Amino acid sequence: MDFGLSEDQVLLRQTIRRFLDEQCPTSRVRAIMESDSGHDTTLWQGLVDLGVTGLIVPAAYGGSGLELLDLVLAAEELGYAATPGPFLGSSMATVALMEGGDAAQRQRWLPQIASGKALLTIAFGEADSQWDPRAFTTKASGGKLNGEKPFVPYAAIADALIVAAADDDGPGLWLVERGAAGIETTSLTLVDMTRRVDGVRFKDTPATKLGGDRAALQRTIDAGCILIAADAYGGSRRCLEMAVDYAKTREQFGQIIGAFQGVKHQIASLACEIEPSLALYWYAAHAFDRIRDQSPRHAALVKAHMSDLYDRATRDSTELHGGIGFTWEFDLHLWFRRAVFDRSFLGEAAVHRARAADLAGW
Amino acid sequence: MDLSYSAEYEAFRKEVQTFVQENWTDEDRNSAPPPDPRSITFGTLIRTDERATKFRIKAAERGYLYRHVPKRYGGGEQPFDPLKSTIISEELRRSQAPGELMGQGASMLVPTLVEHGTEEQKEKFVRDTLLGKIRWCQGYSEPGSGSDLASLRTRGVLDGDFWVINGQKIWTSNADTSEWMFCLVRTEPEAPKHEGISYLLIDMQTPGLTVRPLRQMTGEADFNEVFFDNVRVPAKNIVGKRGQGWVVSRSTLKHERALIGNSLLSRRTLDGVIMLAQALNLRGQPAIKDPAIRNKIVELETKVLANEYHANRLLTMQARGEEAGIAGLVAKLYGTMLGYDVAKLAMDMLGDRGMLAPGEPSAPAMGMFLTAYMWSLGVLIAGGTANIQRNVIAERGLGLPRDQAASRK
Repeated sequence: MDFGLSEDQVLLRQTIRRFLDEQCPTSRVRAIMESDSGHDTTLWQGLVDLGVTGLIVPAAYGGSGLELLDLVLAAEELGYAATPGPFLGSSMATVALMEGGDAAQRQRWLPQIASGKALLTIAFGEADSQWDPRAFTTKASGGKLNGEKPFVPYAAIADALIVAAADDDGPGLWLVERGAAGIETTSLTLVDMTRRVDGVRFKDTPATKLGGDRAALQRTIDAGCILIAADAYGGSRRCLEMAVDYAKTREQFGQIIGAFQGVKHQIASLACEIEPSLALYWYAAHAFDRIRDQSPRHAALVKAHMSDLYDRATRDSTELHGGIGFTWEFDLHLWFRRAVFDRSFLGEAAVHRARAADLAGW
Repeated sequence: MDLSYSAEYEAFRKEVQTFVQENWTDEDRNSAPPPDPRSITFGTLIRTDERATKFRIKAAERGYLYRHVPKRYGGGEQPFDPLKSTIISEELRRSQAPGELMGQGASMLVPTLVEHGTEEQKEKFVRDTLLGKIRWCQGYSEPGSGSDLASLRTRGVLDGDFWVINGQKIWTSNADTSEWMFCLVRTEPEAPKHEGISYLLIDMQTPGLTVRPLRQMTGEADFNEVFFDNVRVPAKNIVGKRGQGWVVSRSTLKHERALIGNSLLSRRTLDGVIMLAQALNLRGQPAIKDPAIRNKIVELETKVLANEYHANRLLTMQARGEEAGIAGLVAKLYGTMLGYDVAKLAMDMLGDRGMLAPGEPSAPAMGMFLTAYMWSLGVLIAGGTANIQRNVIAERGLGLPRDQAASRK
């Protein structure tokens, strides 16, 4: 029994971390978030070249053939660096293709995802914060989609969208290519400026059905939950580090503020909450890969847990920084903003806890 | 990440199972005296009767118990292997067979003696302590020395072949039922505070030593005050050298076995709460159907799982020989805060019935959840308060400056 990362995984994480340290300082994060597209193709291609988009793509399709436990390590580091870009939607679309695509669909898209030639995203959630596939109202009929998806990551720049919809057989996955007829995209301004989301409306939009059913759809959502949890863990860790660094250098009343127990204890309490959640999100990813019967529940649990914790980490850290923490020029709000996204996207904590209780048969 | 056990470990599990089947029969199991409700609350069923002792001796000979203790003192003498330890405790629990004793004696004194004791001390105490034949209490806290333990003032003055002890200890759990005490005493009053303390073994029957029970907020009296009035302790009962008592007492902290127990404990309490939530009606439906309670159970269950996985991560780090760093420092605080939250949730589910005292016949589960609720406060304090744990995490784990007032002087 070994509850830990392999040497390769540790190396993978270090490699991504080093790349982001060099290529994605907060000055670049800010430049990207203030750009029109919110997408820096050079930075993204750098991640592609490291193999990030192909991590879970099977070797036969040009990827590394690894698992979600590897991909979440990338998610953690991107969260740590507050890296803007379409990683989450792209990763979920990749899972959707692997879970639901037939051989031809995979052959068409997976190599392009791995090589960075194509950018895919997912269009799942519906109005009124609905993330339960059983309740989706977007309809597929005669190869055409009709419905509305109010929150679609990077829809404006995606080469294809994987859309959750229902036909007579129930909920499933459809693929819509860029430029298809009847797509109306409205860009939205989010609190989290490091991630872009558009509203999308389909009116008789031509779409190809993927093979997977509701299980494939739910599994894609579960992967998204775990990826968000990893992002939130990375961000929480960064907020904690910033608080510790500040407490070690800032002086008031003639001493380093980290020597005051009020400060010390708030930081220690936060560290005490963050530290054990690392093993929790690793396990959730491992369960997704290897212990399927535990996977849906763990995805729900970890999404709820980490998005709550991320919120606390950003707030505690801001409080500890005092006035500087509340300014635009200080970087802390970048993670605060990401925590807002992580909390809401794919369903808030209460929804996932209710789902976990249902899954336990309570 | 590989959560399966390798063939070697699966074979080891079989071997332990066979041993337990052969040596702990249904008759042994069923001969147990009815368990004390409090011992159920804390998840440890401790038997020290003849059958249990016989089993422990055999299990230790086979290397299944007390693996860190040499065979010649009644231990199992095995190389450190956290996975095997986990397998053994899982199998013993499954068969309700006696495991290692966990009290002050077996968990704290024995590792200390093994590391620092004289040959004579080891011969005299270790074996009988491991079998529960000698019970120990810990003479650390004093009325003026709680969190700042190193400021303790109970004095020991050497008079020929005896230490003469004067002073007082407090919060001494089980002093009234123990045969011996391991005790920190100031023997070098001129030295800096951490360097003036010695670690002594004191027979509780020595003249001049008085034990007075202290009643806790729970109503029971598990801890005591202990008074020393010219208590004469043989000079050879010192463990380690004069003035090294602080270092000697810290040596037990290296043994992180409590960790596993900690995550098991929160899991068991949670399981109890879930059963209660299913069995208990709250305003016309099982409490578990109440959306607020449902939400809270899942929230705490997540933390219980995080605690378990974290313990497994730490075991793996130990097995790989990696430094645990801050990961090893947060477990106690996380576990005790969680125990507190779980106990509080149980109280919410009881509704009006939460007012019923332990022992009131109509109280659900004999008032066990109320006892757990009160004890969750005790656990928060014992062995270093939560605030002291936060100091440790901040200073040792995160490198924040030490408290100026607490610096060594």
